[in-house]
Amino acid sequence: MSAESTELPPRRRRGNATFWLGLILVGVIVLAGIVSFFWTPYALSDMAGGRLEAPSAAHWAGTDRLGRDLFTQLMIGARIALIVGCGAVAIGAVIGVATGILAAFATRFLDDALAAFFDILIAFPTLLIAMLVVAAREEASLGTAILALGIGLSPIVGRITRILTKQVLGQDYITAARVSGTSWGAIVYWHILPNIVPFLGVNLALQFGLAVMAEASLSYLGLGAPPPNASWGRMLQEAQGTVYTAPWGAVLPGLALFALVIGINLLADGLRDRFDPARRDG
Amino acid sequence: MLRYILRRLVILLLSLFIAAVVLFVLLRLLPGDPANALVGVGATPEQIAAAQAQLGSDQPLGVQFLSYLGDLARFDLGNSFVSRSSVLDEISRRLSVTLPLTLAAFVLALVIAIPLGILAAVKADRWYGLLLSVVSQVGIAVPVFWLGILLVYEFSLNLRLLPSGGFPLRGYADPGRAIESMVLPVLTIAIVMSASLMRYVRAATLEVLGSDFLRTARALGESHTGALMRHGLRNAAVPVVSVLGIELSTTFLGAVVVEQVFSLPGMGSMLLLGIQQRDYPNIQGVLIVSTLLVLLTGFLADILQRVLDPRLRKEAR
Repeated sequence: MSAESTELPPRRRRGNATFWLGLILVGVIVLAGIVSFFWTPYALSDMAGGRLEAPSAAHWAGTDRLGRDLFTQLMIGARIALIVGCGAVAIGAVIGVATGILAAFATRFLDDALAAFFDILIAFPTLLIAMLVVAAREEASLGTAILALGIGLSPIVGRITRILTKQVLGQDYITAARVSGTSWGAIVYWHILPNIVPFLGVNLALQFGLAVMAEASLSYLGLGAPPPNASWGRMLQEAQGTVYTAPWGAVLPGLALFALVIGINLLADGLRDRFDPARRDG
Repeated sequence: MLRYILRRLVILLLSLFIAAVVLFVLLRLLPGDPANALVGVGATPEQIAAAQAQLGSDQPLGVQFLSYLGDLARFDLGNSFVSRSSVLDEISRRLSVTLPLTLAAFVLALVIAIPLGILAAVKADRWYGLLLSVVSQVGIAVPVFWLGILLVYEFSLNLRLLPSGGFPLRGYADPGRAIESMVLPVLTIAIVMSASLMRYVRAATLEVLGSDFLRTARALGESHTGALMRHGLRNAAVPVVSVLGIELSTTFLGAVVVEQVFSLPGMGSMLLLGIQQRDYPNIQGVLIVSTLLVLLTGFLADILQRVLDPRLRKEAR
């Protein structure tokens, strides 16, 4: 490496660049999702255009085989993806953090059992666990998809929480807190959670990307939220049959999904560089 | 080493047992009596009772569990509710699609990811090294079914080189068409898989490049490439192998989406169909065989790790 003329080390600058690129990608999609609550170019089920029209001034992303506006569907899809992502991560975090902390505090036997349980469940992709939960419910709905993905994510969160908590529990200040009579509950609240949240947060951002991808897969398989919810996965499934005559219909939802997932990954990478002093200075 | 294998074998059997218990509980949590799914809508109570007696779902849970374990031990997975044919026969038919698909994609992904991952690490300060790590970062975010659709668009519809989906009815008795219909699915999985594998290979190689033993080897007069070949690769391989085990099982189970894109009659589509038709024996059969394969893969990965790394063998004793 040649001598650096700027004041920041290269790693830091790259971290900042990925952070901002991620923020822009995610920001655009979040904006589209929020705006979709107040305004979309057309109503979702409005068959306003001709069948499979190419993108134009009237239909920015073209129309589907029923003449419905694809840009409208993309905006609603952004909303669905964000709701599912946030919901699934929230559920996964609550279950995962609770069981992870429990495992870290528990007796050797329970800890081993929970750790093995996490490992077995992690061997199964989130998508497969989610498929089973959907199968266990009578019919597919947005709520079922969120619950299913949240349960699917929880062992991953649990495993990381367990490891992070164990690291914190080994610190001297925990012993000091115990000696001074602090209860376990207070230790979790005052010492464990604040110390694991930065690392966990970065990981949850990655899980968010996983959840969004898995939701799209579920919808693509026909196990996701039923119509009229426009999910990017279902848009892709519908567009697959007409990909030859109307390729944009199959390209755009995939591109949106790709942008959100890579945006989140970049954002998480950037955040990790900011939070983690070892990586920041290294 | 033998002791380790034996101990690991015990853990394998134990995990299998736990998995069987979890599956049993999970399938009993599914709504309604499976007997209802067998007789269909509008059946009389007598018909339902007869179906329950046939399935044994009127027995106490403990009895059901024991007979379930007994069936498993005899590899008896029952018959499909819908087609009435043996679940095991159906699975072996479908494995003949999913296993070659997964393994071919896995091998191809390795062939792509290992050299490129090492290159990305060794030449991290060159533009192509950086480009490779950007490509792998990008590749992870590509939805696998989207890539499949795009490949179909280009290679089947535009260039008309390969079939867009399906599998010949006669299977491998029609080898040319069977292989043709596998090319795009294999490519789809391999591309996405190699992106994430490349990241692991790159990280493991970077770790080794910064190690003391490599510096020592260089100081003893070995060339950079020679030192990397002789000492680096084996060390870098250890963490990668454990990831490979997980990757392979993920691919096998994740084939459900790709099989759907290309309408391949594999395990994934059997599971999906089972869920749609509430065909419990089929769902259960697919899950049990998948679990077995996943656990076996983990077992083999662990053993391979010990073979590669003598230090792990010492710890195990």
